[in-house]
Amino acid sequence: MNFWVLQTLNGISFGMLLFLLASGLSLIYGLMKILNLAHGSFYLLGGYAGLVVVQKTGSFVLAVFVATLAIVVIGVLMERFLLRRLHLQEMPQTLLTFGFLFIFSDLAMLIWGSNPETVPKPEMFSQSVQIAGFIYPSYRLFIIGFGLVVALLLWWIQDGTRIGAMIRAGVDNEEIARSLGINVSLLFTLVFALGAFLAALGGVMGGPIMGVFPGADFEVLLLGFVVVIIGGLGSLKGALIGGLIVGLLDNFGKVFFPEFALFTIFAPMALILAVRPTGLFGRE
Amino acid sequence: MITGSSYSRWIFMALIAGVILLLVLPKILAPYYLGLAVKMMIFALFAMSLDLLIGFTGMASLGHAAYFGLSAYATGLLALKLGWNVWLALPAGLIMSGLAAVLFGLLALRTRGSYFLMITLALSQLMWGIAFGWRSLTGGDDGLPNVPRPDLGIGLSMADGVNFYYFVLLIAAIAAVLMVRIVASPFGYALRGIRESETRMLALGYNVWLYKFSIFVMAALFAGLAGVLYVYYNRFVSPDYIHVARSAEVLLMVILGGAGTLIGPAFGAAIIVLFENLISAYTERWVMLMGFIYLIVALFAPNGIAGLIRDYRDKRASS
Repeated sequence: MNFWVLQTLNGISFGMLLFLLASGLSLIYGLMKILNLAHGSFYLLGGYAGLVVVQKTGSFVLAVFVATLAIVVIGVLMERFLLRRLHLQEMPQTLLTFGFLFIFSDLAMLIWGSNPETVPKPEMFSQSVQIAGFIYPSYRLFIIGFGLVVALLLWWIQDGTRIGAMIRAGVDNEEIARSLGINVSLLFTLVFALGAFLAALGGVMGGPIMGVFPGADFEVLLLGFVVVIIGGLGSLKGALIGGLIVGLLDNFGKVFFPEFALFTIFAPMALILAVRPTGLFGRE
Repeated sequence: MITGSSYSRWIFMALIAGVILLLVLPKILAPYYLGLAVKMMIFALFAMSLDLLIGFTGMASLGHAAYFGLSAYATGLLALKLGWNVWLALPAGLIMSGLAAVLFGLLALRTRGSYFLMITLALSQLMWGIAFGWRSLTGGDDGLPNVPRPDLGIGLSMADGVNFYYFVLLIAAIAAVLMVRIVASPFGYALRGIRESETRMLALGYNVWLYKFSIFVMAALFAGLAGVLYVYYNRFVSPDYIHVARSAEVLLMVILGGAGTLIGPAFGAAIIVLFENLISAYTERWVMLMGFIYLIVALFAPNGIAGLIRDYRDKRASS
């Protein structure tokens, strides 16, 4: 019994990290039709940048701010100067973002070496808590709560604000949105920055439990893709539900079938594809 | 000005020269460079197989290494553990790739565009995960060393570099001719029709799904053939064979050479293999350098070398 509760919580907290990653991937695709393969790099670099700040200053909060800001700057530069030139050209975009995935992964290897690192937990959540007879790391509970707050905020931005309305207009029909005087070009940069921010946030927040290590970029990219395949591209709800599904499956898979862990996410992905090719909440 | 017919005569002569060059290459090159030439041919075959999907049918797969790697594992394991000779191990490798393509094709072909790209990537990475995790069978990260060179059973030693070169050349040439025949056939023209407009082909009464499924499996078989040759060449197979980095690498070869031309991706493969060989000899940062190659191709040669030549010709013709 105890075991099931603990593993479920582990799965949910990992699912929340995947949600952070996949929501950005999904938002960017929804508006810009870019499949950002460098999204895994944003996660990885976010984690490493957070690590540096925590090591230098000891402050996790500062690490979150500095790391996400750094990655947002990288993302904005990428979008403004390079991706923009390749608007709606799928193959060149794929090559470009893949190139960045390579460059950043090698850069991280050059700077931080090949040993896995762990970001120290924030002081406040360094202990385990006892709830109803269970002992559980408070940091993981914090991640679950934090993920929910981010989900609500994103929801509010999308459905309750002017910017959100503009983004939805851009998603539905870019040309008409432009003709209505919406600055779609600025929206592109904003959404790409938001996506980079969310991925970097996932990297810093995930640093204490998942660690940062070479190859994490490819690993989370794959999981992020599986999340949006299951949840549907361009849907926040899909990223959240998909994130939780993949987080739980991945966690239980690793516990029960360590050699075939990935198979536990393969089967439901295949099932969803067979029934709903565009994912649970994706549009045709 | 070059007229159409004299242009095709030039191409024909270049082709003859190329064939002669390939035949006499072992007389010219030192063993090390002959080995490099073998690697180029294998990747040319691999890149051409992906071109069938990307260039001719408009299906952007980012998981083509799955078929390359699965056949390499199947052939490698059967040759290594059961001592199967090439007559058995090669078809077994192809069957492995073909079966995977049937299964993955059924799934991936439910979608198109970016979904197709993501799904092919995800499926191939799952295969990578299995190759990586199933240590008792695949050796995990360490891979499977000491795969024997192919045994033809006719007294020709494939440990000899020149013999092995001709073995790969023969197989790659047969495969290349087959692929050229495929794209030049009515079937191949239907594929181009699907690339341009699926709905129009549907309206014309074509079973679009079946065409896409067929070429998906064929492309996987050719990729699988390249994988079998590569495991015999390297005498080693590891999860890297299946990794998305390899899928991206072959995509780069296709785009660099020029998608939809077959010969372009073959040249693209030769250039990338040569380039990787050069930079990995001089710097440890070759992954980063390759990353920049991706950026450069994406930004400046999205239609590849074939596209650049076409642009140049158009400019000459119009001026």
